Amino acid sequence: MTKPARSIGGHVALLGGVIRLGRGAAAFDVVEDIDLDIAPEQFVCLLGPSGCGKSTLLGAVAGHLSLRSGRVSLDGRDIAGPHPDRGIVFQHHTLFPWRSVIDNVAFGLKMKGVAKRERLAEARDFLAQVGLSGFEDRYPAELSGGMQQRVEIARALINRPRVLLMDEPFGALDAQTRLTMQELLLRVWGQNRTTILFVTHDIDEALFLADRIVVMTPRPGRILDDLTIDFARPRQRDLISSPRFTTLKRHCLTLLHTDPAGLPLPRLTPIGAPGALGRA
Amino acid sequence: MTASVTAAFAPAGTRSRGPARLGVLRRLPAQRLVLRGTSLLASLAAWHLLANGKVDLGIVSFRNVPTPIEAAQAALALFRSPILWPHLGASLVRVMMGFLAALAVGIGLGVAIGRFRLARDLLLPPLEVVRPIPAVAWIPLAILMFPSSELSMAFITFTGAVFPILLNTVHGVETVSPRLVASARSLGAGRAAILREVILPGATPSIVTGAAIGMGTAWFCLVTAEMISGQYGIGYFTWESYTLQNYDNIVVGMLLIGLLGMGSSLLVRGIGSLLTPWAALGGAR
Ligand SMILES: Nc1ncnc2c1ncn2[C@@H]1O[C@H](COP(=O)(O)OP(=O)(O)O)[C@@H](O)[C@H]1O
Ligand SMILES: [Mg+2]
Repeated sequence: MTKPARSIGGHVALLGGVIRLGRGAAAFDVVEDIDLDIAPEQFVCLLGPSGCGKSTLLGAVAGHLSLRSGRVSLDGRDIAGPHPDRGIVFQHHTLFPWRSVIDNVAFGLKMKGVAKRERLAEARDFLAQVGLSGFEDRYPAELSGGMQQRVEIARALINRPRVLLMDEPFGALDAQTRLTMQELLLRVWGQNRTTILFVTHDIDEALFLADRIVVMTPRPGRILDDLTIDFARPRQRDLISSPRFTTLKRHCLTLLHTDPAGLPLPRLTPIGAPGALGRA
Repeated sequence: MTASVTAAFAPAGTRSRGPARLGVLRRLPAQRLVLRGTSLLASLAAWHLLANGKVDLGIVSFRNVPTPIEAAQAALALFRSPILWPHLGASLVRVMMGFLAALAVGIGLGVAIGRFRLARDLLLPPLEVVRPIPAVAWIPLAILMFPSSELSMAFITFTGAVFPILLNTVHGVETVSPRLVASARSLGAGRAAILREVILPGATPSIVTGAAIGMGTAWFCLVTAEMISGQYGIGYFTWESYTLQNYDNIVVGMLLIGLLGMGSSLLVRGIGSLLTPWAALGGAR
């Protein structure tokens, strides 16, 4: 695994984070008392039942949602809005449908004012890293779901973010593609070191990917447990059948079923919901 | 910022995601093509029978209506004579002026209204009041407001074209996914870049639909507009044919307006689908 010499930072800290969504009488705290300290280049999976506020938490670190109280910071500086330092990958359909694959990937560099020739060359590079050479001129709608997610990853990484925020990025893919994508992500992460905060409700996925798993309670989301996953890297698929994996998996399953009374809640994406965009 | 579509503001005639369809006919199965052709021929035959027989039903009479053949002969004669071209040219210029102004104003205001709540609150009430006013009702004021009759006629076609474009632009802007905007912001896009790179392209398919409808209504308002004109224009020509009792040419003028309106709408859709090649791929959200 190649590790660049320079340190890019990526220390995320949440202290007493409370996030409130909705308006007026309908407003409620989605997550409460979130204390979370993520070391640079750590791969953290957020695991929790659907509706517990994982996406909301991610939205706060991305800077799309503001905290009601508490602090969230990156490398010691308070987060005050979205920034390419904190790349984000959603579950699906957030590529620009009117831009070719390569223009999608080069978008961040265009926003930075990088000259066309340079940004396209770099975008080509990142596309090669995610195995999509030859698809530069396609439109997103011409790609499969898995390929679209690879473009998303390349598009976020080209900005060399200090943190990569991923919200169930493989949640819409079939099981086989999902496994391929997990391996691809680990490989690409090896080449582009960055902190990753990865939301999932798939325990296997979390265990295979993460250095650390943060388990949340049902709404209002609080941190229930914080597990260190120390399987050696690079990780192999057969990890899944190891006794330690099974033990951890059982532990996670128990944690996720601590509160069976929790009602099933609608799955929304808080970012972009009316009134949710805290900052203009 | 981008709230849901206000019910009162839902544009008429908008398919929620309608990529411009130009080659409609080519994609139809032969059976349905035959059906459509038959319907067209049957209409012509009915027209012929009614006009040729000089049918008088009491409340409506076909005594002065030319038959399709008479109309076709008149059309042929008109195309051979030099009379038609100045009329056509004058109408084209007026429609183009009105349409282009409507495009600029409709897209500009539509983006502002669709994107900014303040603009919506400030602009929408007066626009909703003005919208139902028909083109004819604008004539006296248009004559008073504009120094030249050419400008007042262009203005009338403008009033016809601007609302479909405006409403469809608002609709298009509102349907741009907020997550797309969030993604762009996380990729470093500022306010202006979001408007240029996300909102405008996202709204383009809907704007194209609005422009095609607006182009149709611009021609629709032309006859009204050209009542102001003293001499040229297809609408004026149609009206003049009536006063000159040249009844064949009335029908020719009417059909010409219909064909030109349809043709230029198709042209707008064609240009639109060239501008939005991704929209035909589907799954574009
Ligand atoms: N804009 C919003 N307004 C009100 N409630 C919301 C909004 N967005 C999400 N919610 C609710 O907040 C809770 C947390 O949502 P979310 O963070 O998406 O959960 P998760 O990603 O863990 O499934 C859910 O119960 C959801 O219904
Ligand atoms: Mg979620």
